[in-house]
Amino acid sequence: MQHLDGNALAGALAEFLSFDVTTAIARCNGCGATDEFARAIVFTSPAGTVVRCPSCDHVLATLVESGDRAWLGFSGVSAIEVRRG
Amino acid sequence: MIGRPSVPRSGWHPATVVANTPETTSAARLELEVEGWPGNAAGQHLDVRLTAPDGYTATRSYSIASSGPATGDVTRVVLAVDRVPDGEVSPFLVDVARAGDRVEVHGPLGAFFVWQPAAASAAAAGSGESDAAGGPVPSAPRPVQLIAGGSGVVPFVAMAQAHADADDATPFRLLYSVRTPADVFFAPEFERLVSASAPFRLDLVYTREAPAGWPMAPARITREALAEAVLPASDAPLVYVCGSTGFVERVASWLIELGHDARAIRTERFGGT
Repeated sequence: MQHLDGNALAGALAEFLSFDVTTAIARCNGCGATDEFARAIVFTSPAGTVVRCPSCDHVLATLVESGDRAWLGFSGVSAIEVRRG
Repeated sequence: MIGRPSVPRSGWHPATVVANTPETTSAARLELEVEGWPGNAAGQHLDVRLTAPDGYTATRSYSIASSGPATGDVTRVVLAVDRVPDGEVSPFLVDVARAGDRVEVHGPLGAFFVWQPAAASAAAAGSGESDAAGGPVPSAPRPVQLIAGGSGVVPFVAMAQAHADADDATPFRLLYSVRTPADVFFAPEFERLVSASAPFRLDLVYTREAPAGWPMAPARITREALAEAVLPASDAPLVYVCGSTGFVERVASWLIELGHDARAIRTERFGGT
């Protein structure tokens, strides 16, 4: 499956989050690395989207959409740094 | 500031196709009039949503070839869309969409893959900020190296135009890998940008067919060719790479091998081949 990167998450996550996700910095639970979401590796399929750490491949986040609902998971992220303003 | 420019807030907007003209043999340039568009920074993208009569929707992301602040309630946005065979959205946009057609756009999106002129960056940063790598903002703007594969050049025409419009003195270079001369996006615009007063240099690499008399035989870019055509790591350039996933990852790994700082390389992958 051809992967993308976290730039591709900007539109999908702007539906739910009030900050720009591409410049938000996530800390990976797997290896402790911190990186902008734009640098993450993103796999999309009809079943949903999986976001992986660019350093250790740990699953950072998942997004599943169905009809009028979405399920957002951040199981692999211990913190997200968001710039105010 | 370079790392996190201040960009307009995103939202869904109704848009009307104003013009659809051939850009290359496989791509079209689309001008959209977007109601309530808040303006966008150079390098941002938007999502286009098409809705079928039965309510089925398909959404795809496209880089924006234009930039600038909002200029009233209705604003012009330029896209260049490459046809993806068997795609759900691009064949409509390239082959079917005509002036007057309505689509929905979501944007502007993404503040990561963005370049802004020094004045705008400084205004967004205030004072005492740090860059993405945690260091102090350099007093002089860092030179910029853009590297595009195919339609990955779209955000770079916006960046180069913003650079020229601001008459910005930051050295700008674009390395553009393209299949044939007929596949060059924004050829007249780049010709003008090369001769504009803001320093801009274009290096083309043809992978399948070169113009008559071109000094290099057509070939995919190599690490050695990359090393010759991009600003050296010792200049500490900001490097933006956009193209297919394979192209971006090949180029990014070579840049690291050539000594470029990974934190100074910004990448945007659009999948495909």
